[in-house]
Order: sequence, then C-alpha cells, then structure tokens
Amino acid sequence: MSVSPKSRKEMPLTPLSSPTVGSMGKTGFWRTFRPEVDYSKCTRCTLCWIYCPDAAITRQEDDTPKIDYDYCKGCGICANECPVKAIAMKREEE
Amino acid sequence: MVTIKELPREEYLLKGHAACAGCGPSIALRLLFKALGNKIILVVPACCTTVIQGPYPYSSSAVPLQNILFEATAASASGIVAALRQRKLEEITVVGWAGDGGTVDIGIQALSGAAERETNFIYICYDNEAYGNTGMQRSGATPYGAWTTTTPSGKRERKKDMPLIMAAHKIPYVATACPSYPIDLVNKLRKAQEIKGTKYIHILAPCPTGWRYDSSKTVEMGRLAVQTGLWTLYEIEYGRFKLNPPSDRLIDEAKRKPLKEYFALQGRFRGLTENDIERIQRWLDEDWEQYSKLTSN
Amino acid sequence: MAQTIIDAANHIAGYAAKAARVKVVAAYPITPQTTVVEKIANFVESGEMDAEYIRVESEHSAMVACIGAAAAGVRTFTATSAHGLALMHEALHWASGSRLPIVMAVVNRAMGAPWSIWPDLSDSLSQRDTGWIQFYCADNQEVFDTIIQAYKLCEDERVFLPAMVCLEGFILSHTYAPVKIPDQEKIDDFLPPYKSGWILDINRPLSHANLVSPEWYMEFRYMIQEAMENAKELIPEIDREYGKRFGFEYGGLVEKYECEDADLVLLTMGTMGSDAKIAVNKMRKEGLKVGAARVRVFRPFPLEEIREFSEQAQMLATIDRHISFGMEGFLASETRASLLSQKDPPLVAGFIAGLGGRDVTSGTIEKIAKKSLEWMRTGKVEKETEWVDLRE
Repeated sequence: MSVSPKSRKEMPLTPLSSPTVGSMGKTGFWRTFRPEVDYSKCTRCTLCWIYCPDAAITRQEDDTPKIDYDYCKGCGICANECPVKAIAMKREEE
Repeated sequence: MVTIKELPREEYLLKGHAACAGCGPSIALRLLFKALGNKIILVVPACCTTVIQGPYPYSSSAVPLQNILFEATAASASGIVAALRQRKLEEITVVGWAGDGGTVDIGIQALSGAAERETNFIYICYDNEAYGNTGMQRSGATPYGAWTTTTPSGKRERKKDMPLIMAAHKIPYVATACPSYPIDLVNKLRKAQEIKGTKYIHILAPCPTGWRYDSSKTVEMGRLAVQTGLWTLYEIEYGRFKLNPPSDRLIDEAKRKPLKEYFALQGRFRGLTENDIERIQRWLDEDWEQYSKLTSN
Repeated sequence: MAQTIIDAANHIAGYAAKAARVKVVAAYPITPQTTVVEKIANFVESGEMDAEYIRVESEHSAMVACIGAAAAGVRTFTATSAHGLALMHEALHWASGSRLPIVMAVVNRAMGAPWSIWPDLSDSLSQRDTGWIQFYCADNQEVFDTIIQAYKLCEDERVFLPAMVCLEGFILSHTYAPVKIPDQEKIDDFLPPYKSGWILDINRPLSHANLVSPEWYMEFRYMIQEAMENAKELIPEIDREYGKRFGFEYGGLVEKYECEDADLVLLTMGTMGSDAKIAVNKMRKEGLKVGAARVRVFRPFPLEEIREFSEQAQMLATIDRHISFGMEGFLASETRASLLSQKDPPLVAGFIAGLGGRDVTSGTIEKIAKKSLEWMRTGKVEKETEWVDLRE
C-alpha cells in the first residue's frame, strides 16, 4: 500500500508510483449490475477467475470464486462465460 | 501443458484500476503476469495501459514499469536490456507492452530497429484495433469497414499484417494470441521467455468501448474472431509456421463460422454493406490460402 | 598513465566517454558528429571500452535507449547534432523529467531548411527549455574535461539532471589539437561509480511517470528548477576541484578575461570566446578597456555572474551565433533580462554573427567591439540587434 506524500519534501524526485489496490478508488461504484454466484451450481472451474479483467474475483483454496464487490465493475464477463450459468447479473439496488 | 488451475493465484495487475468494464487488454495483461510472474520489467508507451495504471502516487502494476514516449517502447527496451546485460542481470525479462497504435503505426520504426538488432526482449502488441487511449481513432490495425472516430463511414483500408511484418525480420519467435484462449497465450509467453532474441506476440484484445458491444461479451468476441478465421492463432518459430488449435482446423473453410455472426455483434461494423462483407470474405480466403501454404512448408 | 594526444574534438569526446567508464552508448550518425560514434564503436569492439554500443535506428530512439539504460542503472552517453537533436526533442523533455543523469555531446550545426552542415548554436540553444544543463566548449581540452565534470555534476544527488556538452562542428569537432588525458586511476578517484536517484528494480517495483494530475505536477517541475539552482552552485566547485586535480579549469559558469576594469565586456559562447581574447589583447594594447566573458554554461543561466561584472562595466556586447526569429539571440535576451533588476544597468548591444558557419575571426570581434565602444561613447545603442558581416 502506498501513502500520498504530505509535503513536497516527501515527494520523490520524479513521479514514482507504488503498487496500490484501488488506484482509482473503490471501482465497485461503477456498477449498474452486480454478478451473483449460485454456489450450488458452481463447479469451481475457475474460468470466471481467469477472465475477470479487474482481478476482482479471488480463487479460494478450494477454487471457490469470491467476488470483491468493492472493485467489481459489473462488466458481466464472468456471468457470460460461466459454463453452467451459475452467475446471474442482478441490477444494483438504488 | 498447463491448465488454468495451475496458474498462480498472485495478482500483479491490482484491482481497482482504471480500465473500462470488460477490458480485453486487461485480461491479457493479467495473463502476462500469470505466465511470467513478477521478475520482469515492463515498458509501456502511451496507450490504454498508461491510464489503466491509475494516477500518481498510485499504480495498479505490481511489477517495475517504465512509462515511455508513444513511439519508443522498443527503443527503451533496447536500453534496458543493454543495461541489465552490463550489470549481469540478464535473467530479468524485459517486456514491451504496447497498443496497436504504438506498434504498427508510430512505434513501428523503433520496433523494426530493435528486431533487426536482435534485441533480447519480448514485445507484445495488445490490439484493440484503434487508438484506444485517445478515444478510438483509427490505427493501421483497424480492420476494413470498421467505424472509428476518424473513420466514421468505415475504414477503407485493410488491417496491417504486423505479425508477418515481424516474421520478415527473421526473429526467432512470432506468435498471435487472444485472451479468450488463455492457456494458448500463457504457453506462448512462457515459450518466448525461454528463447534468446526478439520475440513478438500480437494479441487480439477486444474492446467493448471501441467495438461497441456489451461489456460482458469480450471473451466471446475474441473466441468468435478466431472461430470465423478473422483472427488466426499461429506461431512462427525459427521461420517454421504452425497453426494452433482451434485455428488449425479452420483450413477447412466449412469449419469457419460465418463472418456475419461476428460483425452483427459489434456496433462498429453496423455500416458494412454486402459488398464490404464479400470483400472481407475474399481477403480472408486469400489469407487462409497463405496460411495453408505456410503450414505445409 | 596520463598522456597527451593530438586528436579532433569528436575523438576526444569518445576518449572522455571511455574515461568516464560509460556502460551504454546509443547513438545515430549525423554530420558533423559521426566521428564521435565511430571512435566509440572502435573502442568497444577492440575491448578498450567495456560498454555496449546500441546502433539505434534514429536519434529519437538514441535518447530513449539512453533513458532506458540510465533508468536500469548504468552510466550512458550519446552524441548528436542539429536535426538529430531536434528529432530527440520530446525525449529530451522525458529525460529531464525523469531526472536521469545522461550526458550528451552536441556537435553544434546549423538547422535547415536549407541543409547546412556548418556550425552555429541554434540547435542546442533552441533546446534551452528542456531541463538539460548546457555547457559550451571553446577547445578540445575543454571538451574532454567538461564531459568528465558533467558526469560528476549530473550524478550529484542535489542535481540528477541530464547535460549536453556542446562543441562547434568542424571548428572543434574535426580540428586536431593537443589534449592531455589524465591518468585513469585519477579520473576514477574524481568520478565515482554511477549513481542515479531511482532505478527499475524487481525488488522494489514502482511505476515511473504515470499520470500526474494538476495536484502534483507543479512540485515536480519546481524540483527540476531547484536542481538547476543547485547546479549553478556546484559547477564552479567541480570546475575548481578538477582544476586542482588535473590542472585545467574554466572559470565555472563564465570564463572571464580582462573584465576587472573593463568599460566594455564582450559576451560570447563557444569558440568565439577564444577569438574574443585575441581581440581584447589587441585592443588593450591600443589602450581600450575591453574585456571578454565566455558564457560556458547557458543552462542554468549565470545571471548572478552577468550582474556582477556589469557592476563596473558601462556596456555589454553580446555575440550570438544564433537567432530566435521574431526576437533576438538568446544570449542577448537573457543577458538583458538578467540586468533588468539592476539599479544602473549597463547598455547592452546584441550582435548576430557566424550563422551557418560564417567565419568569425578576432578581426570580426574587434569590429563588433569598436562599434560598441562608439555607441558607448554616445550613451545610446543605435541598433538593439545588429547582424554582422551581412551581405547588402
């Protein structure tokens, strides 16, 4: 995690940026639809994990996918690619 | 043959980055890290990935990354490779990661020069078929008939065949790929890392924002591109051409999906006429004749 | 072993890059720079120089390859002229913004259209805003010494900026003169191993130069200005130290000759500085109180020095081997700007001479001085900018 410099003295001599989760903040706010996994249907194939452009799906120890809703942009690729249609896109509540 | 489950869990493209929802290039970048790990140095010119990193003081890249001028990816990589060699750190892989604009247009000179000098690095072009960073203006990689902001009535010229241009440089490894075929892409990246010299990988990376399709269809779009034969998965290793599955089966044109299926899903092709599609089909058939000849050599 | 050799300044620049233990050179040939890179290619292939020479396919790539190599942790060098320098323009900005201590020899040559291969300072002067330190040399020895001094300066943590060492095409580049090359051990003692302010490191992954919003950008630019101010302090120090160790020094930012009691001071850059000394000697014999000041460093601009010797001078005559169309030569502009805050500033006359390699002799300079003295006596500069030896 990186911390924003508090003064000019703390700034590096040239812009050097640190690896940061959420460089654009909590991109989950971008969503209109959110993916929801029906774990009873899920076969733990891990395709949703590999296809997520945002790395917002974590692959648990037993390959269960866990969606990080703080960062999921709701693109729907995971739902589209799931071979058993275990993921549904539901409209975000207002 | 690696499987998806064997790919590492570590992420070096960090979530919360600035890419559009459904970004094809981002999938490809994640796969790059899955394939090669984090002991690499990335050189990134002005392109979508520049913005995807997010703003200073934060970055979504967890590997050392040098942002550089638009046309200069391969030149910067050449300098880094030389420096690492002088410091006896040649085990660090230098990877140029550039969009189609920075590769086939403004970046072609530096790339050609670096290839001619047999620079030991991997150059990857992630191709979303337009200048994505600046809002989808046409590039030399934009296909015939596609709408872009600077070709509102559809591009009149053909897509520049960059992989074959690179093959003409007689470099040891040229490959085409697509994130819809992740294992194929990972294998190619790992193979490239083991080869000495200039390695070129051209990745078709569908872009919902520029191609005008629903963001959920990115992976499907890449698959269709391959299944219609419009995008072909192949490798040219030390001059030997080889089609990769599933493209290897598509020499038989009956096995290729109809082009209309691909075009119908994308708003950028809305303006295609029957004539256009016929023309595209003819060129496609010619390309496949060429692939067929190259395969039998 | 220290040795005196007789060689052209371009080759001398190659010797300096070798003595500085440069590890990566990336360069593209252009007249009149070509013999710099040919010399280096010879050194590298014979093994005399332990470095890599990337034979890039353009000057733009040359500068970017140096940026890559410097960022990846080694001392770099390149050389170019005129259009090659112009082609690198955006990369010059990138290098200084990246705070990389690259040193480049610029073999000054006129800009086209039309083609000219002969010297003037338009090429490097028109890059004055790029954040590069700029040195202008008057002879072959100075070329060697300044390249070494430049690395010491640029790699100082108070600076970390790139520098160009300028030498006029043909007048210096292809002219043979004796140069003393110091003992390599002594150079190593003066110039420690490469240091930079940051590095591409797999153990400390950082992204360099991604997007910087208006919230942060100004401070980064301020830091570059600060580094330039620090360079202004350090250049005379380093020059003096070099002088003590190796016997050659150049007056720091400005090399002054007979200025202490001068009514008129001739301000020049590059080789004209030597001709100005000859002219001054002649005029002094005639009883005229004329001095010559060679601006050795144009960036950072030595405004304090200019202000200093204008305290007692009645008039300054600047001789620019350059013109900024629509205004005047930069030496004239910046000299005038430096003096604005003075209570009783001297008169300043600006002369343009030697463009496209037109010869400027000590005779020419004497003419310039005598005209200036005329104006000085009337108290009025007849022409703010006068072109010298121009065909009617």
